[in-house]
Amino acid sequence: MTSIGTGYDLSATTYSPEGRLFQVEYAAKAIDNSGTAVAIRCTDGVVIGVEKLVGSKMLVAGSNKRIYHADRHVGTAVTGLLADGRMLVNQTRSECRSYRSYYGHDIPARILNERMSMYMQKNTLYGAARPYGCGLIIAAYDIDGPQLYAVEPSGLSYSYYGTAMGKGRQQAKSELELLKLQSMNTAQAVKEVARIIHLVHDDV
Amino acid sequence: MLPVKHTTEPTVTGTSVIGIKYKDGILIAADTLGSYGSLAKFRSLQRLRKIGNYTLVAASGEYSDFQYILEVLDELLIDDQQQADGKELQPREIHQYLSRIMYQRRSKVDPLWNQILVAGVGDKDDRIFLGQCDLYGSAFEGDTLATGYGAYIAQPLLRKAFRPDLTEDEARKVLIDCMRVLLYRDARTINKIQIGRVSKAGVEISDPFKLDTYWTNPLFVNPS
Repeated sequence: MTSIGTGYDLSATTYSPEGRLFQVEYAAKAIDNSGTAVAIRCTDGVVIGVEKLVGSKMLVAGSNKRIYHADRHVGTAVTGLLADGRMLVNQTRSECRSYRSYYGHDIPARILNERMSMYMQKNTLYGAARPYGCGLIIAAYDIDGPQLYAVEPSGLSYSYYGTAMGKGRQQAKSELELLKLQSMNTAQAVKEVARIIHLVHDDV
Repeated sequence: MLPVKHTTEPTVTGTSVIGIKYKDGILIAADTLGSYGSLAKFRSLQRLRKIGNYTLVAASGEYSDFQYILEVLDELLIDDQQQADGKELQPREIHQYLSRIMYQRRSKVDPLWNQILVAGVGDKDDRIFLGQCDLYGSAFEGDTLATGYGAYIAQPLLRKAFRPDLTEDEARKVLIDCMRVLLYRDARTINKIQIGRVSKAGVEISDPFKLDTYWTNPLFVNPS
């Protein structure tokens, strides 16, 4: 199967003869250029680590964080086009706020995931708007315990025990598969996440 | 445009809230009654609430408007946390924010029918803060403050007792004595109060407790 969609890749509203939406697939490529994000769901919480690629010594340390609060019980991280990512974080915060206002309760993790997935999927329906060029990692602790979701530009999302996005994701995912994720606690996971990010970091 | 309605009178109300600064912080007191007119309907209302790690708010007036205010402050605190700057909103800032909301509603002739005390020990200059804001949009600070009947009955007693080096025990005694006088004289009180404290250690709200009352005065024993 060719991955060059000549002619069929000009608009998100055009399928290729194999039934692929190339614009959505290209959006996913945008994530691959960004620093790796690794996340682990543990017995007592979720740990997210992000490889911040510092472009220059002139940049102030601690600016342009990639991990955000979205609510008291929700954290998110973005990979890919970070400006798009900020819009997604704002939308995540808005969903959390409106759920709390309507229902007087923390938004359940799976509902937040559903909303963000549908939100990202919307941008794959129209020629006038492009898909978001980012992956969103959602970490939440609700009444069912800690949960980890990752959403792709297509709007596809899964619940994970461990996942990675960005440059070093292949290697990071292999490392995660070696770990006993379901019996790990956050104290241990922080060390593993840090180790994996160091490992996959490419000094180029 | 849809017809606009305005608040004309409160329904479930809390009576006085009183507060006094002492050497290391502030003590606030209020009873736990929500009056339905002259009916003592809700006898276990929490009128003192912790906001964040540094601030205490306490309200008189319409309890449902206070509940709305608590929702607004909750959202404010979540937004503050999302700045992720390692700083939390100071009591003075919460007082300012509330005052703005109260004045805005007053200007629409649809007030939040409350008088609110805001107390806190922040981490900047002017560490010990005690302020009040009300349904008219008035906002001010003081060493001793009181709402409702407390403004007439308790405030003179609080002012007489206040000293900058007041200890917590002395302040507590003054507050309890004031609440006792209010229990005797305000017909919309009950004998169940809470005391809230803000200090460097943070915010602490006591469980409700009973006030002792004294009826041995001959005028009560042999009324004539």
